[in-house]
Amino acid sequence: MVPLEYYLILSGIIFTIGVAGVVVSRNIIIVFMSIELMLNAANLALISFARRLGDAGGHVFVFIVMAVAAAEAAVGLAIIIALFRNKDTINMDEFNIMKW
Amino acid sequence: MEYFIFFACAIVAVISAILVIVQKNPVASVIFLIMAFFAQAILYIQLAAVFVAVLQIVVYAGAIMVLFLFVIMLLNLRRDEFGPEKHPLHRWVTRLFAIVLVAELVIIIIRGFVREGKADIAAQFGSVEQVGTALFTKYVFPFELTSILLIVAIIGAVVLAKRKAEGE
Repeated sequence: MVPLEYYLILSGIIFTIGVAGVVVSRNIIIVFMSIELMLNAANLALISFARRLGDAGGHVFVFIVMAVAAAEAAVGLAIIIALFRNKDTINMDEFNIMKW
Repeated sequence: MEYFIFFACAIVAVISAILVIVQKNPVASVIFLIMAFFAQAILYIQLAAVFVAVLQIVVYAGAIMVLFLFVIMLLNLRRDEFGPEKHPLHRWVTRLFAIVLVAELVIIIIRGFVREGKADIAAQFGSVEQVGTALFTKYVFPFELTSILLIVAIIGAVVLAKRKAEGE
């Protein structure tokens, strides 16, 4: 059976790719997808811990994380639509009115 | 065989995750993200989480990604949306920090204590019945909170995406 550490390292790598996507990308939709990647990396860690400890609690948490991700996707995409309506772009560099 | 499936899925997941963030076209990004989700769903099955694997495909790869595609179509983006490349140093610094972060996580995971757990689990572990029982007995309060969260999200999405009426 594959050791738990392998799954955790895979989860860490996917999480880091998500972080890099948020930092590098200028397309706001790709930034959003990177956030989904990070949530999925956390899910993978939860599932592997649940398997190793024989506890279904991890599965329940993944279920709740999925609900949060769905809510986040709905609200976030609505915000993107509102931003696009005002600025007519999805370039992250253009959205700087909250910058101090 | 188990190792082969793990490494095949891990490689597919990592490569498609990288492709998600380097693509210029968001539609291609969505397709690669769905590929990463499928690879993860296979890993979930290998970890005896059948119910979660099905949810991953139906909810994530199905519903949420279709929402993304809808928004990309709705925005009707132009090709020349993004100007010239930023300073190349920015990109290299990000790569460097990503590698440092991965190395840090790997060191923590390897040197940290991971309790040796059960190798053998019950046959119905991760089934709909078992997860459902946990969800509606021990974790019933978080489950109910989820419903409130979803209602807030629905109302919030409608309010945010709504076009302002005339004279408002």
